Amino acid sequence: MPITASSAAHALTDVTASDSSLRRFLHGLPGVDTVGLEARAASLGTRSIKTTAKAYAIDLAISMVDLTTLEGADTPGKVRALGAKAVHPDPTDRATPATAAVCVYPDMVATAKEAVAGSGVKVASVATAFPAGRAALDVKLADVRDAVAAGADEIDMVIDRGAFLAGRYLKVYDEITAVKEVSGAARLKVIFETGELSTYDNIRRASWLGMLAGADFVKTSTGKVAVNATPANTLLMLEAVRDFRAQTGVQVGVKPAGGIRTTKDAVKFLVLVNETAGEDWLDNHWFRFGASSLLNDLLMQRQKLTTGRYSGPDYVTVD
Amino acid sequence: MSDKPKKTHKGGKDDRAESAGSRRLGVLKTYKLYVGGKFPRSESGRVYEVTDSKGTWLANAPRASRKDARDAVVAARKAFGGWSGATAYNRGQVLYRVAEMLEGRTHQFAREVADAEGLSKAKAAEQVEAAIDRWVWYAGWTDKIAQVVGGGNPVAGPFFNLSTPEPTGVVAVLAPQESSFLGLVSVIAPVIATGNTAVVIASERSPLPALSLAEVLATSDLPGGVVNILTGGTAEIAAPLAAHQDVNAIDLAGAGEALAKELEIAAADNLKRVVRPQPVDHLATPGIERLTAFLETKTVWHPTGALGASGSSY
Repeated sequence: MPITASSAAHALTDVTASDSSLRRFLHGLPGVDTVGLEARAASLGTRSIKTTAKAYAIDLAISMVDLTTLEGADTPGKVRALGAKAVHPDPTDRATPATAAVCVYPDMVATAKEAVAGSGVKVASVATAFPAGRAALDVKLADVRDAVAAGADEIDMVIDRGAFLAGRYLKVYDEITAVKEVSGAARLKVIFETGELSTYDNIRRASWLGMLAGADFVKTSTGKVAVNATPANTLLMLEAVRDFRAQTGVQVGVKPAGGIRTTKDAVKFLVLVNETAGEDWLDNHWFRFGASSLLNDLLMQRQKLTTGRYSGPDYVTVD
Repeated sequence: MSDKPKKTHKGGKDDRAESAGSRRLGVLKTYKLYVGGKFPRSESGRVYEVTDSKGTWLANAPRASRKDARDAVVAARKAFGGWSGATAYNRGQVLYRVAEMLEGRTHQFAREVADAEGLSKAKAAEQVEAAIDRWVWYAGWTDKIAQVVGGGNPVAGPFFNLSTPEPTGVVAVLAPQESSFLGLVSVIAPVIATGNTAVVIASERSPLPALSLAEVLATSDLPGGVVNILTGGTAEIAAPLAAHQDVNAIDLAGAGEALAKELEIAAADNLKRVVRPQPVDHLATPGIERLTAFLETKTVWHPTGALGASGSSY
């Protein structure tokens, strides 16, 4: 396994020496060819994945799901139900793989931890004043400490989009490194909220910024804004992690989140991963789907493949 | 499978083809499926030739695949909440509106039915008029069926006990093979009158009246997805529908004996309601069997409190 980002004394250390060197580096990244990027994402979306390949893709996708509930109305009961579903997504077919993780708010981490105990399913917690990220740094760090103390295996932080868009890259960088330090052994996913970054160039810059700061995962969105994960912005991030590993030897994961609801969509993303970053990323250690309703569609498609008849929403849980 | 349409017409017989002596080239209609309120081609891209009763080519109709059937079920399920939640009065209005829309197109349908079934103009017109009346008949039933099959039940306790009919859900309908229009209307209208949504497989040999009916439904305030019409091989499309876990009932009116048996076995898997094929005189008043075939009964126990001396607490 490649060395982790935090311990990497890689070739790019001096670009983070000052605000201006960081800006020079990020603005020196090649511009994104918007038309080319979208055309590439669209053409990869036309691949036909059938029969055994489809069965493999569905099981892989299920094993990559971060089963998420991030509502103000989350109750311990709902989180427990979600945990049970993460461990056995389809109780009628025990051959169904478990999901990668459940993703909850920090105050639900302890409940979630109990629900998935002994199963290998991870507990991820959003933190740092999710989803807006508009709070003082100590508040954000306290949020993270809370989640880690409750037993979170993974932390999903949001960057300060206001600072990023204002061009204060070093502030964003310092925040990520501070959170990384507090996270300790927990893997850190950095959410850029691509729907608020306006341009593909910004998404590329944010990806590199996050990776330089020690992110274990780069994640597209919170799922709380209008535009979430799209094939194009995920493709862009996959290119970034591929190039980052080529330059530094450090492998970083990717997590598209929000708006992926159907098996067809999920399989398209897996094609993007395979064709862009490569097979090394086709594993739930390096690629995740942040989703809730996607799992039900994956299960219905799985039932269709195993039984030969179309399934319906009556045969999966209502979350 | 998809042969090129032969550009031959029954010259001068009707206005579909170029009329004799005119230099104008007739505009042929591309018949398409009706799914979710839209008119898509078959996902498979296939079509088949539809001929009249004498074997003359009429048009190409889409040959729907199992994926079209799946999409139609998704559309019907999506429409179910709104349609079953609409008031019975409102559903009656919409069904009556269908009759209104049909009335203005009597001639078109009479011609299509005459072509499809080899009937005389007068006989075909009689079929179409009966079909229009059928819509009106079922429109009237929407807000009356609850009084007939529901009601208050006398129970041995201090409760109001009320039974009300509720729609079953998504109903797959195999339209009759012989009666391409009146038979079709006679199986669709009772299904949707009570709040079900339908996935209809039109008559395999004469699907054109069904596809034209879709144009009427689309302009009759009927929400998209309440009726979805597929054409093609009845056996091919019906098999996945009968096994589909999200279809709640199936009307086998258009299935032959062997096919009906096969479909009934597949339908048993998720306890679908099944209406077996039976000989029907479509011109006769239908009765309410087809309405009640796709209804569930919901019974509510409502406490009334202790009974007073008069036998009632009110």
